[in-house]
Amino acid sequence: MSNQTHRAAQGGIVDRSRTIGFTFDGKRYEGHAGDTLASALLANGVHLVGRSFKYHRPRGILTAGSEEPNALIQLGDGPKTEPNLRATQIELFDGLVASSQNRWPSLNFDIGSINNLLSRYFPAGFYYKTFMWPPSFWMKYEYFTRRAAGLGKAPEAPDPDRYSKTFAHCDVLVVGAGPAGLAAALAAGRAGARVILADEQPQLGGSLLASTDQIEGKSADEWVVDALAELGRMADVRLLPRTNAFGYYDHNYLTLMERVTSHLASPASHLPRQRLWRVRAKQVVLATGAIERPLVFADNDRPGIMLANAVSTYVRRYGVLPGRRAVLLTNNDGAYRAALDLAEAGGTVAAIVDLRPEVSGPMVDAVRAKGIEVLANHAITGTSGKLRVDGVTVMQLARGGVFGEPRSLSCDLVLHSGGWTPSVHLFSQSRGKLKWDDALSAFVPGVAAQVQRSAGGCCGNLSLGDCLDDGHSAGAEAARDAGVSGDAGRAASALGGDFIPAPPVWIVPSDKPVGHNGKHFVDFQNDVTAADVLLANREGYRSVEHLKRYTTMGMGTDQGKTSNINALGILAEAQSRPVPEVGHTTFRPPYTPVTIGTFSGDDHGDLLEPVRRTAIHHWHEGANAPFENVGQWHRAWYYPKAGEDMHAAVNREARAMRTSVGIVDASTLGKIDIQGPDAAKLLNFVYTNAWSKLDIGRSRYGLMCGEDGMVFDDGVTTRLGEHHYLMTTTTGNAARVLGWLENWLQCEYPDWKVYCTSVTEQWATVAINGPMARRLLGELTSDIPLDNESFPFMSMREGSVAGIPARVFRISFTGDLSFEVNVPSSYGHALWTALMAAGEKYQITPYGTETMHVLRAEKGFIIVGQETDGSTTPQDLGMNWIVSKQKGDFIGKRSYARPDTARGDRKHLVGLLTENASEVLPEGGQIVAELKDKPPMVMLGHVTSSYFSPNVGRSIAMAVIKNGRNRMGDTIFVPLADRTIRAKVVEPKFFDLEGTRIDG
Amino acid sequence: MLLIDCPYCGPRAELEFSCGGEAHIARPLNTEAISDAEWADYLFMRKNPKGTQYERWNHARGCRRWFNVARDTVTHKIYKVYKMGEPKP
Amino acid sequence: MKARYSIFSLARNARNYHENWTEAWRSPQPKAEYDVVIVGGGGHGLATAYYLAKEHGITNVAVIEKGWLGGGNTGRNTTVVRSNYLWDESAHLYEHSMKLWEGLSQDLNFNVMFSQRGLLSLGHNQHEMREIHRRVNSNRLNGIDSEILGAEQVKEFCPILDTRPNARHPVLGASLQRRGGVARHDAVAWGYARAADDRGIDIIQNCEVTGVRIEQGRVLGVETTKGFIGAKKVGCVAAGHSSVLATMAGLRFPIESHPLQALVSEPIKPVLHTVIMSSAVHVYVSQSDKGELVMGAGIDSYNSYAQTGSPPVVENLLNALVELFPIFSRLRVLRTWGGIVDVCPDASPIVSKTPIQGLYFNCGWGTGGFKATPGSGWVFAYTLAQDRPHKLNESFALDRFINGYLIDEHGAAGVAH
Repeated sequence: MSNQTHRAAQGGIVDRSRTIGFTFDGKRYEGHAGDTLASALLANGVHLVGRSFKYHRPRGILTAGSEEPNALIQLGDGPKTEPNLRATQIELFDGLVASSQNRWPSLNFDIGSINNLLSRYFPAGFYYKTFMWPPSFWMKYEYFTRRAAGLGKAPEAPDPDRYSKTFAHCDVLVVGAGPAGLAAALAAGRAGARVILADEQPQLGGSLLASTDQIEGKSADEWVVDALAELGRMADVRLLPRTNAFGYYDHNYLTLMERVTSHLASPASHLPRQRLWRVRAKQVVLATGAIERPLVFADNDRPGIMLANAVSTYVRRYGVLPGRRAVLLTNNDGAYRAALDLAEAGGTVAAIVDLRPEVSGPMVDAVRAKGIEVLANHAITGTSGKLRVDGVTVMQLARGGVFGEPRSLSCDLVLHSGGWTPSVHLFSQSRGKLKWDDALSAFVPGVAAQVQRSAGGCCGNLSLGDCLDDGHSAGAEAARDAGVSGDAGRAASALGGDFIPAPPVWIVPSDKPVGHNGKHFVDFQNDVTAADVLLANREGYRSVEHLKRYTTMGMGTDQGKTSNINALGILAEAQSRPVPEVGHTTFRPPYTPVTIGTFSGDDHGDLLEPVRRTAIHHWHEGANAPFENVGQWHRAWYYPKAGEDMHAAVNREARAMRTSVGIVDASTLGKIDIQGPDAAKLLNFVYTNAWSKLDIGRSRYGLMCGEDGMVFDDGVTTRLGEHHYLMTTTTGNAARVLGWLENWLQCEYPDWKVYCTSVTEQWATVAINGPMARRLLGELTSDIPLDNESFPFMSMREGSVAGIPARVFRISFTGDLSFEVNVPSSYGHALWTALMAAGEKYQITPYGTETMHVLRAEKGFIIVGQETDGSTTPQDLGMNWIVSKQKGDFIGKRSYARPDTARGDRKHLVGLLTENASEVLPEGGQIVAELKDKPPMVMLGHVTSSYFSPNVGRSIAMAVIKNGRNRMGDTIFVPLADRTIRAKVVEPKFFDLEGTRIDG
Repeated sequence: MLLIDCPYCGPRAELEFSCGGEAHIARPLNTEAISDAEWADYLFMRKNPKGTQYERWNHARGCRRWFNVARDTVTHKIYKVYKMGEPKP
Repeated sequence: MKARYSIFSLARNARNYHENWTEAWRSPQPKAEYDVVIVGGGGHGLATAYYLAKEHGITNVAVIEKGWLGGGNTGRNTTVVRSNYLWDESAHLYEHSMKLWEGLSQDLNFNVMFSQRGLLSLGHNQHEMREIHRRVNSNRLNGIDSEILGAEQVKEFCPILDTRPNARHPVLGASLQRRGGVARHDAVAWGYARAADDRGIDIIQNCEVTGVRIEQGRVLGVETTKGFIGAKKVGCVAAGHSSVLATMAGLRFPIESHPLQALVSEPIKPVLHTVIMSSAVHVYVSQSDKGELVMGAGIDSYNSYAQTGSPPVVENLLNALVELFPIFSRLRVLRTWGGIVDVCPDASPIVSKTPIQGLYFNCGWGTGGFKATPGSGWVFAYTLAQDRPHKLNESFALDRFINGYLIDEHGAAGVAH
């Protein structure tokens, strides 16, 4: 037995044979396996573990669970450091490094505690009333307030650990493995249900792990061992310790965070640190227990002031004596148990200060039998001690205040208990309605909104027997309602004390008015006092939500688990209204904080979103092509030769294509196979032009618009057979277009016989462009005649290319002679390399998307999404010719007749030529007709595409500008941040104006 | 996360579906004849009820079929799932 | 006149244990009739009331709120303020709002903590960069501060951002509006409420409108849970319930209501000193003065009036966050919540007269409502007072859905926030 000065000689379920070393604020300590950081620190006599958020007051450990508001710790260091963890939840492991937060230079001496001295100037919401002068200075004040705020520190390097996510389904999900939860899981499991039992603690058993009660003739912790063994034997029961069920969403979908390895010193590398369980349960049993309610008395926040039940837990579960001489302040019998526990473990209880006017009963007799003084009708009116409580002042209660001589009691531990608050968080998240229980002075589950049951402490059933009965029937009924018919057995029977609720005391009176001397803390973490609550109420912040937001009450990392109810009580009392009329704030997920990494799992980095690569991708990589993200695709951008930058490479590629032959990987274009007798009807409906007369083997370009008449996609569609078409779409829009077609076919025209199938991935496409395209292709095919007559522009032929079965389309995105060869994807690479080999003698040049854009811009071809933006009609693009006047109704048609859409002076697509031929306009440049010295200036439109064109020998640009078609020849200006560029409005076409190159 | 009972595949998580908004909006047959206001009504105006909404869903990451759902927009309770073309319950 | 808030009044009150502060606004019973009744006690409604009094001298006004002031989207948003909108109509309106933001704390004598810490919109591909250039140029020529940063400058401006070029969505650059930032959302509602109350306006909480009384095409007042309240003019500013109110008045609106989720992390010491938005990976994030990371993304996909959202939306948002900020992975989500936003087909609001005389609507702000609060209230007050729109909101009329004059902010905004 070591330097653990406050470890009791015996007791507890920690493994005393294993001693574990750890450090806190650089100092070495020892604890045992099974300890939490909190219990180990207490075993070493350490209470001071942190500083409060606002006043930097010294703070200790208040609780023994996840509701802890004070003991927030920075765990570890380097990239694995984690801020704001609760010492009460951190499992001790060898080499654990912990430090306190929000203090400088040290925990014992914190400069920030000057705020405490000045605290009278910092009431709730003080910042709304000041820092307004001089007007521009808020940012300067903010610099300091921001630094003062915050708690722990973020890591400075990326998280080296892995997280994972999983889905699960079950008949019955039981949340909480205390008496009610275990009973529920046993009943449901015995009945044969698929059960998941989750509990946030490392050991299942909840309050039973520190209980003195008997179940089925065994001690409570023995019964837990047997129950877990029985559950372990059931094949369809999954036990999830260290798992925080934190969210309850629609249709019985719950989210749980499991700490898989984050509690271990050296975890196995194949396991994730934490795991997100996404559970869909047929039935849910909530057995989330209750949280002890603090009492709001003067200076109730010093280290060494703890909740009574937490002291019991430290004594009985961890074998730790949090203090040697204690005073208990309570309004209920239940807390007497803690005094007995402490006394039995060797501590002294100086007095029990009971707020009730009269006390009697077995618990009172029991403590008196131990020689403990009971001061009924008394209150603690103040506490003393700098970094640890060293005494309390006690006075007698009368008429809502105190009177008589104050009596000082020295002590190193104060226990307090204001009763219990059921944990209705998940019930409320599930949108169940809460009701007020007067006897308990607490909200309990009312009308459920989902298929769930609450059992045990979270319903306000606080005696052990009730919990076991309640849990058993909830589990049995849940299994039955999930359709499982086995025998659920009977509920376990218990021997133990009943819980007798007592009337609440929202503010424990002191000898001075609240706020005048000493601080009655309600929310420890955010330093909200009873006086702050009263101030908010006085100032009109009377709704609970206003109270919360004005004072920050309940907005800390504990989300007010110990404090909200007291604030409600104080507010209600101040307004002379019953608590349920005041209401409660909304319970939101997560129940306790959940690591961001857990939500993200593996879904980041390369797995954030799928990357799509073409069949020819590896060739592009081999050629050192940089890639451009287009939708999910990676497309080769350009192919730099040694020493070339992008500009040089693109100039070379663009020139080469126009002079000889270039090839481009066009596999990413969307391809939709459309079949059925009504296929032409569909095309007529979704495209603006007419499709009825397209011959088999011929292709046609189409613009697709929304019902609002705005262009949303374009592409070439080819008629492959009588009732068979192949539609192409833009790269980014393929899925959207398929969805669009299906939408109309399934919802509006189910009688049309048309079937659409995406075949984008099935085909690899290589476009061969340039004057030598025909000769090159001719060398690789013998069964497709390539002359203009046999194979005219806008048609398709099937045959073989380089020995590969192929569909060849004579369509062109360059204006030059072009063949787009489609082969089954697996042959894509073979086709490309065959073309490169055969093309060597023609100096064949592969080109990427950038050159493709230059080439199409030379011809004035649009790119949907670049020349258009969702507010562009075909007419705006000067493509009136593609909007059929003859055919019947089609998508978009009606909208063209709307006054604004029919306007003649909308923004039109035009070309721009800069006055300085070598100057390239920046894309996105805004255009004005009238130049001013400085903004604002009236804008006409913007530059949509702009390049240097080696084939035209100058820069070229396309733009959309107001009334552009009537501004031909005008000079416009593009004012940039550093210069202004002048340009002339021209037709949007710059090369091969007569269109003679298309046939080679 | 909703549990939606696809009439073709059975109950699946909301993740597999995409919502197509208000159902039973028929495309006007006489688009030439109707006024701009009537056209706007079809294009843009929506009931957006607080309560039961009849809406279209697509099992986009499943069978890709569209169908209708009657769902409460406050409680998210799904009252009925029915196929395209079936009458509004 | 109310006692002014200042460091001096704070010190003075400290001597009396802060027991002499008076209420920030009264809680009056509704009168039988008002010149103007504003339905909706959020930021926009309270701002409308304030500017009715301040700019137009109309003080016989009631603001009716079904719950508590600022309890709708005012108290649920991610507090981003910016004015770098693409289209002239939006840019002018939001910039007007920005100018009001810049003097708001002093105007209201209530510190709304408007922090102009700058706002970066990241570009992750060529298309986004082109759109960023387009928007920045447009902003600049509209007189709105806006600039382009390259990838390296982005890294300099926000060092903790992952700007590796081989990321799935690499950061190629960004637009920066230095005057953009965040403000304390609740304080905006409270500040306007206090200032409006000071000018004699009645703020009536816990009073739900159950009907709009209309006779012969003219509004007469509203039915409420506190009885009928007569009004010469009624202005509806109830985000999340616009369609419900429109239906009461027999109108059909081009609006759909969707949840918009937000979340905060636990508070940490300052690490993020600006606002970051990304549409390719879909997240926006800033760090509050309290130290919490405040995050949001796009709207949930289906209509809902429940102020809760769908959990996969949160997962996606946090995937994106970890992608941009790998050091945030070990921080923890503290609280998630949802608001209900009313969305128009063109992602722009309606601030408009209606076919019913004396009935006006201000709605459809989608995800852009908070930043517009002062400007929205200002133009709506003008519209109510003058019975015609101000030049700044004349394009945001209902009839644009009929004539086709939409202001489509979907195009370049991406994450429209």
